[in-house]
Amino acid sequence: MLKQTEGSKAVAEAIALCRPEVICAYPISPQTHIVEALGEMVKAGELTPCEFINVESEFAAMSVAIGSSAAGARSYTATASQGLLFMVEAVYNAAGLGLPIVMTVANRAIGAPINIWNDHSDSLSQRDSGWMQLFAETNQEAVDLHIQAFRLAEELSMPIMVCMDGFILTHAFERVDIPSQEQVDAYLPPFEPRQVLDPAEPISIGAMVGPEAFMEVKYLAHAKQMQALERIPQLADEFKQIFGRDSGGLIRTYHIEDAETVVIAMGSVLGTIKDVVDEMRAEGHKIGVLGIISFRPFPLELVRAALIKSRRFIVLEKSLAVGMGGIVATNVRMAVSGTGLKGFTAIAGLGGRAIPKSSLHKLFRQAEKEELEPVTFVDLDWDAVNKQLEREKQTRRSGPIAENILHDKGIVSAKFG
Amino acid sequence: MPKPFAITLKPGTSLTNLTGTWRTARPVYLDRLPPCNNACPAGENIQGWLFHAESGDYEQAWRVLVENNPLPAVMGRVCYHPCEGACNRGQLDSSVGINSVERFLGDEAIKRGWKFAAPAVSTGKKVLVVGAGPSGLSAAYHLARLGHKVEIQEAGPLAGGMMRFGIPKYRLPREVLDAEVQRILDLGVTLKFDTKVANIEQSMQDGGFDAAFLAVGAHIGKRTYIPAGDATKIVDAVSVLRSMEGEDKPMLGRRVVVYGGGNTAIDVARTAKRLGATEAIIVYRRTRDKMPAHDFEVEEALQEGVMVKWLSTIKQAGEGNITIEKMALDEKGYPQPTGEFETLEADSVVLALGQDVDLSLLEGVSGLEIKDGTVQVAPNMMTGHPGIFAGGDMVPSERTVTVAVGHGKKAARNIDAWLRGATQEVPAKHELAEFDKLNTWYYSDADKTVRPMLDIIRRQTSFDEVQGGLNESNALFEARRCLSCGNCFECDNCYGVCPDNAVIKLGPGKRFEFKYDYCKGCGLCVAECPCGAIKMVAEDI
Amino acid sequence: MSFQPVKFYQTGTLTVGNRLLAQDERSVQANQMRSNSINSGHRACQGCGEALGARYAIDAAMAESNGQLIAANATGCLEVFSTPYPESSWQIPWIHSLFGNAPAVATGIAAAMKVKGRNDVRVVAQGGDGGTTDIGFGCLSGMFERNDDVLYICYDNEGYMNTGVQRSSATPPAARTATTMPVGPEPGNVFGQGKNVPEIAMAHNIPYVATATVADLRDLEYKVRKAMRMRGARYIQIFVPCPLGWGAASHDTIRLARLAKETGMFPVFEAEHGEVTSVLKIRNKVAIEEYLKPQKRFAHLFGKHAHPETVARLQAIADRNIRKYGLLAEGGN
Ligand SMILES: Cc1cc2nc3c(=O)[nH]c(=O)nc-3n(C[C@H](O)[C@H](O)[C@H](O)COP(=O)(O)OP(=O)(O)OC[C@H]3O[C@@H](n4cnc5c(N)ncnc54)[C@H](O)[C@@H]3O)c2cc1C
Ligand SMILES: Cc1ncc(C[n+]2csc(CCOP(=O)(O)OP(=O)(O)O)c2C)c(N)n1
Ligand code: SF4
Ligand SMILES: [Mg+2]
Repeated sequence: MLKQTEGSKAVAEAIALCRPEVICAYPISPQTHIVEALGEMVKAGELTPCEFINVESEFAAMSVAIGSSAAGARSYTATASQGLLFMVEAVYNAAGLGLPIVMTVANRAIGAPINIWNDHSDSLSQRDSGWMQLFAETNQEAVDLHIQAFRLAEELSMPIMVCMDGFILTHAFERVDIPSQEQVDAYLPPFEPRQVLDPAEPISIGAMVGPEAFMEVKYLAHAKQMQALERIPQLADEFKQIFGRDSGGLIRTYHIEDAETVVIAMGSVLGTIKDVVDEMRAEGHKIGVLGIISFRPFPLELVRAALIKSRRFIVLEKSLAVGMGGIVATNVRMAVSGTGLKGFTAIAGLGGRAIPKSSLHKLFRQAEKEELEPVTFVDLDWDAVNKQLEREKQTRRSGPIAENILHDKGIVSAKFG
Repeated sequence: MPKPFAITLKPGTSLTNLTGTWRTARPVYLDRLPPCNNACPAGENIQGWLFHAESGDYEQAWRVLVENNPLPAVMGRVCYHPCEGACNRGQLDSSVGINSVERFLGDEAIKRGWKFAAPAVSTGKKVLVVGAGPSGLSAAYHLARLGHKVEIQEAGPLAGGMMRFGIPKYRLPREVLDAEVQRILDLGVTLKFDTKVANIEQSMQDGGFDAAFLAVGAHIGKRTYIPAGDATKIVDAVSVLRSMEGEDKPMLGRRVVVYGGGNTAIDVARTAKRLGATEAIIVYRRTRDKMPAHDFEVEEALQEGVMVKWLSTIKQAGEGNITIEKMALDEKGYPQPTGEFETLEADSVVLALGQDVDLSLLEGVSGLEIKDGTVQVAPNMMTGHPGIFAGGDMVPSERTVTVAVGHGKKAARNIDAWLRGATQEVPAKHELAEFDKLNTWYYSDADKTVRPMLDIIRRQTSFDEVQGGLNESNALFEARRCLSCGNCFECDNCYGVCPDNAVIKLGPGKRFEFKYDYCKGCGLCVAECPCGAIKMVAEDI
Repeated sequence: MSFQPVKFYQTGTLTVGNRLLAQDERSVQANQMRSNSINSGHRACQGCGEALGARYAIDAAMAESNGQLIAANATGCLEVFSTPYPESSWQIPWIHSLFGNAPAVATGIAAAMKVKGRNDVRVVAQGGDGGTTDIGFGCLSGMFERNDDVLYICYDNEGYMNTGVQRSSATPPAARTATTMPVGPEPGNVFGQGKNVPEIAMAHNIPYVATATVADLRDLEYKVRKAMRMRGARYIQIFVPCPLGWGAASHDTIRLARLAKETGMFPVFEAEHGEVTSVLKIRNKVAIEEYLKPQKRFAHLFGKHAHPETVARLQAIADRNIRKYGLLAEGGN
């Protein structure tokens, strides 16, 4: 059913259609609207049987989900940013125990400085946790990916994060096609756990494993994700058959057949990028786009194949590997290693910094001309940065960085000066 | 889908890890000798019969009891219960009232008419028992159960020896005695009254006996020289008490002085009180704590109005009075005359100074050794003359019913062995279950049950039994105060406290076993065994 | 009313079993068919109080739930000694997730059982004092506050034993641990710190809070069974001496637990909806020294450089417990 609705609301409805049995909720923007909506559905008796638990922290949220999933209940939670970091120990644990929990990450920057706006540093910090990570470009895709995520997670008995850009998607009102219950039921069978806590057949889950078997356990988790590389496209195909839409998969390409320059990105920014690419194409630029949907597992071969015919690529990412550069870019470089392709990294949109088309136009043109530094910080206020660096050179204790920069920019009143 | 590798495990699989290899010492179950059993002169398995009484199976308790002693109803009244003195519970609150439970069982047996099982075998041997006192009766009982033909020859007209002609009725009602004697006779024992054995060898020959057990007791009252006028009535205690059984009660007068400090002195003074004496005064040379009589008997006598002159000797007996001299204890604790005198009014003086044995029936018997007026016996109770055994008061002993009964049993078993040409094998005694071997935490706080006492007026005026028995519920309670020292009573502590589940419970009556494959040797079972029935033994590594 | 001891038997209900008791008065541990929820072959130290306490408690919970029990376990000795790959000692469905999240994991299990309509399946969570009073405290409080249908059992051995005996908020004053060494002017753990989690649990107004020790099996079983008959959040803290961490003989585990109770150092009580409803009275009050001396963690208080004033301060703590909880029997000794 087509609806003009908020992204969070749409996702909540999609989750409800997946018949979750336990939902753990802890507030953090910009994820809150999802669990709020779900909470209301449970309380109103629309979503049943389902336990909605107002936990006391994200650590508890993930831990409750671990318990409920291990006890055979389809389990869901959502978080973002600080919340994701607060639950990290349990995030790794859920993956280590192979529990097919689905979690929405409404991507948001990580403090300090505390910041509620979108970037990808939260979920990317968990890239090695053993969770799969699927990035939605639109709210429609966010809806669809959640449905696919339950199917995939439960098939492989591995947890999945469905990542959607905080505010940009979660709070955007768009037209979304909400599938019917019949469609979802046809696609997503009831949860048949791989292992379950059951008095009729006792098992001990969560043994201490020493050097004699630890590597194997870890390899097996890796092997699971390698299997996912095969299953994700298949599940997207099946999805299309039932829902009539292309959604999901590992990657999505746009005008790359003849592209000499390929822009690579994840999430909602792909929309803006495609607009810019359209405009550039109209001017005759041979430029295309590669959207990565599955960041984990990372589709090395597909990425390589998508890029191999081009001359260069630029990874535009909303994350920063401090002290190194890009995170997504590093993964892409791994995919093309040995090809001699020229690659650039552009760090953009951190902490919700707008990524205007104009900046992208400029950036992509520079990339075409290969005039970029290996790592570019899009729309960085060099003036503020340089002043601070200068000050720091002079005095070792120059005061709080953020405050100084804001002062330089004239945002903070003179009394802070 | 198969279960995840390594992180998910099958239940209970740690059984493959044999933690027993960690051990440096192992616990082992053992039986230790309970102090009550150890102290019982009759060799009763006290703890053994209390065990059955604890569950209310009184018949079984009685049967275990009479394995060693055929006179529980008597014993439960007159025994001085050294078992209770040794009882570990005495160090906790107060000793278990073993004696009162024994009496309860004995009375219960009489009430319910329980009988001894008939002897299983007949050996064809004949044994003569001389004297139907406790020692003779006990020997007869055990010999009969061992399959021998037994004949008791008794000088007097009734059975019981000093139990009848010494111990007063108010302590031992005669129906009780009669019932227990009859039960022994019902085993097929022949008892001939008024048959005084004058020559033992002759009697054995006449009756064709293969062996004899002598238990003639000590009946001749000791006398001491007291200068006395003709008018003063001086009698001995044993005669007084004996005449209590006859038609003519002794005439002691209104003021009776008893001379001596043993239980007999007490009994005779209390008897005098009951016979109507206004004053019954015991004159004793030393102090109360030096008195051979048991304290509780002294106490009961005092309650009944018997008076005692401590540190006094009788110097002279005059007409209607006596003169006593005050004594003082020297530094060694011996009484020494002070030269201070006092006069007491007295219608009669009863001497209670102990008894001698009448050994006339042994005249001419070869190989005997007589010392201090008693017959010496070997550890197997045989005199120096083969085939003639002796026990009770006539051999060196403490002179109690219990010792006499014990002698009778021991002699019977040795006679049995001797008749078979064997020697009786006495199994080695288990190590003693001392108090420090127990973990007394586990025993419920439970004070000793006090036995009912007859009211004081009736105690002073009648020969009704002074001390009452326990009823079923307090007998049960009292039995359950037993700590079961040294012997597993299946409290399940070892089974429970083992952190390694290394104790197997075998089921009721079957006790426990260690699973040494898993026992790490922590020693908790030993520490927490209430009764000291487990010990640690070093592993040789 | 608290557990009513049967008195007039040889050992009453003080021992594990008693052949004279009626079947329904017998302890779970006395049963030949008890579940032995934690099997032989586990790797706990000799005489480990935690291994014992865990079997006592979980077997009782198994008995009360007719075997329909699932357990969540925090990281710690109990977890490590029971489930090192490839062997598990547990005979019940059991999960270990993390050090600090056992209460939440249990909440999740309970929620799953609820959605599945399995009201018969009951959930326990268990952890050491560190996992409970420190790192897992947030999750514990959350579980309490939501009144989730979980019985949480804390095995209190007064320190982080699995990591080599460090101080926790349940470590008593003066005790030596690897992080409170007996050096300096105030040797051992300092006075005036630490957390009384049973009382904090009571402040959550949850249906049931109790303390117990491995020395009083019947009381422990009574409390676990009673807790299992209730719904909602329940908390039982069981005092489990650790021979290794306390420097005590392996055979003294139960004796020390008994002394902790008999001195008043560890008050044993139960509370419903925030109110103390009964206390286990001291049977024979003993001076604190008797409890301290067998433990090397208190050795610095005695001997050549004795600290009698510190011993007196510990005695004062015990005395305060006795006053506060009314631990002495009426007219008691
Ligand atoms: C007044 C008094 C009170 C006592 N109170 C207690 C008490 O409370 N508790 C306790 O444990 N002990 C008590 N005793 C001691 C106890 O009675 C004796 O130690 C015990 O009876 C000795 O038993 P016995 O079988 O050796 O001899 P006796 O009981 O003396 O029996 C010997 C029997 O042999 C018979 N006899 C003797 N000579 C011959 C013969 N030639 N031929 C045939 N038969 C013969 C006698 O007639 C008598 O029946 C008391 C003793 C006295 C005197
Ligand atoms: C998050 C985290 N921090 C620290 C540890 C290390 N750790 C594991 S067990 C343990 C001590 C457990 O102490 P306690 O909970 O009291 O249980 P005990 O071992 O004493 O039974 C510690 C500190 C851990 N596993 N996880
Ligand atoms: S260190 Fe302590 S708690 Fe841990 S296994 Fe050993 S005795 Fe038990
Ligand atoms: Mg601990």
